[in-house]
Amino acid sequence: MMTGQVQSTPLNLEKIRDDFPVLRRQVRPGVSLVYLDSTATSQKPTMVIEAMDRYYRQSNANIHRGIHVLAEEATAAYEEAREKVQKFIHAPSSRQVIFTRNTTEAINLVAYSWGFSQLKSGDLILLTEMEHHSNLVPWYLLAERIGLRLEFVSVTEDGLLDQSDFERKLELKPKLFAFTHMSNVVGTINPAKDMIAKAHQAGAVALLDGAQSVPHFCVNVQELDVDFLAFSGHKMCGPTGIGVLYGKKELLEKMPPFLGGGDMIKRVTLGSFKPNELPYKFEAGTPAIAEAIGLGAAVDYLSGIGMDAIAQHEHVLVRYALERLAEIPNLRVFGPSADKKGGVISFVMSGVHAHDVSQILDQYGVAIRAGHHCAMPLHEKFQIPATARASFYLYNTFEEIDRLVEAIYRVKDIFGV
Amino acid sequence: MDDFYRELIIDRYKNPQYRGVLDPADIRFEDDNPLCGDHIHIDLRVGEDGIVREALFEGKGCAISQASADLLMEKIHGMHLDEVKKISKQDILDMLGIELGPVRLKCALLSLKVLKAGVYGLGEASDDLVED
Repeated sequence: MMTGQVQSTPLNLEKIRDDFPVLRRQVRPGVSLVYLDSTATSQKPTMVIEAMDRYYRQSNANIHRGIHVLAEEATAAYEEAREKVQKFIHAPSSRQVIFTRNTTEAINLVAYSWGFSQLKSGDLILLTEMEHHSNLVPWYLLAERIGLRLEFVSVTEDGLLDQSDFERKLELKPKLFAFTHMSNVVGTINPAKDMIAKAHQAGAVALLDGAQSVPHFCVNVQELDVDFLAFSGHKMCGPTGIGVLYGKKELLEKMPPFLGGGDMIKRVTLGSFKPNELPYKFEAGTPAIAEAIGLGAAVDYLSGIGMDAIAQHEHVLVRYALERLAEIPNLRVFGPSADKKGGVISFVMSGVHAHDVSQILDQYGVAIRAGHHCAMPLHEKFQIPATARASFYLYNTFEEIDRLVEAIYRVKDIFGV
Repeated sequence: MDDFYRELIIDRYKNPQYRGVLDPADIRFEDDNPLCGDHIHIDLRVGEDGIVREALFEGKGCAISQASADLLMEKIHGMHLDEVKKISKQDILDMLGIELGPVRLKCALLSLKVLKAGVYGLGEASDDLVED
């Protein structure tokens, strides 16, 4: 049997783990935490927690209006966070970086604003069977309201998007192709650049759901030539309540505001308003200031370590985990081989429901996710009600995967399977 | 934890005593737990006197949800429908003999929710049915 010690990673794990206070805790006396649920939300480094703390202790004020030191500091910190995100995703301008609450809100923004203004009854939207609910339901709602047609690129048995099905469905001339960069269930990394180019050739606008990709490897919006990119801060070492929509300028400029209120206007009279310019047009009301600053710190943290090194680390982890899990009888892993996926592994054990797996693993300090992971259609495709999902991030170790495997053997003992 | 997965629960999960379908049935209802995809279908045959003569369930899901359904079917055999309506969340926890957190509580209470919605003849099962 392989052991954790012989594996090699480009990361200094001891130092990284030291950056995350929660990783030091015991979940119950004598049982240390093995956090394998970063796909749901990542843990937060001290640097992020302190950046938010510092804002509240020293600079708390509303932004973009007040003319006093605190307001100026708060505004500068908020806008600096936007510039950090811009550089992180290689956007041409920080005006194309719109702060939202999360990926879901970013996709809803596009559905309501771009969708309502640019689509009409009978138009086709192309999605995939791999999407999580936040890249399905906003389109269903829009389709109901204005009478759109929906098609779905099918997923193969291996958990890949079926590229020939994709090309066939592009012939139906969709107006929009919205798809995930990386599956939150099976971990598949889709060939986004190639698929976006094909969507463009077919005349479609391309929206990429980057909830799982932006935290885990370098995503360059200009190289991808993507029209919209949505992602969340909390899955990339940042706080909850802050997410990002990136869009191409010509698209964003054509779009009407999504939410109305303060900060998104240039001028308001009784009965009319003139919308503010980008990005403020889409940021109505007092935003999540501390959270944006926290996201900026998270971007600094991840950039300091290096996205390529993080991706490499997760790759060796997932390869090791797949090898270890393959030893276990009656355990079935879903999704493609290690070379085509990120650090997410979903599995089922025959005779044991995923919830029971998760509950027993928890007793050994191993935190995984059980359920349909907000991707019910994909689970229907595989004809299973629920899977257990272990997911990895920069702070996970090979020893933790050994602990996962040991705990799975305990599940087998308890259920006698 | 070995307490959590008491022998009773594992046993009833693996060897249910009241699994099946009654056709025809006097009362029939089914529902899902949307959070985790647990599914429970319940069939009852009830006498003129309001006494439950037969009760069976079908379903899929975790050990807690399925064992809970099996034990609940056993419990209501011979019970009057008025008594069935009075079964509470605490009765289910006592029956299972374990403490449950908020997430797993939904698994444990799904069968009671389905049962009560059926007995009350409701169109939809609501969480209110199983709040004490």
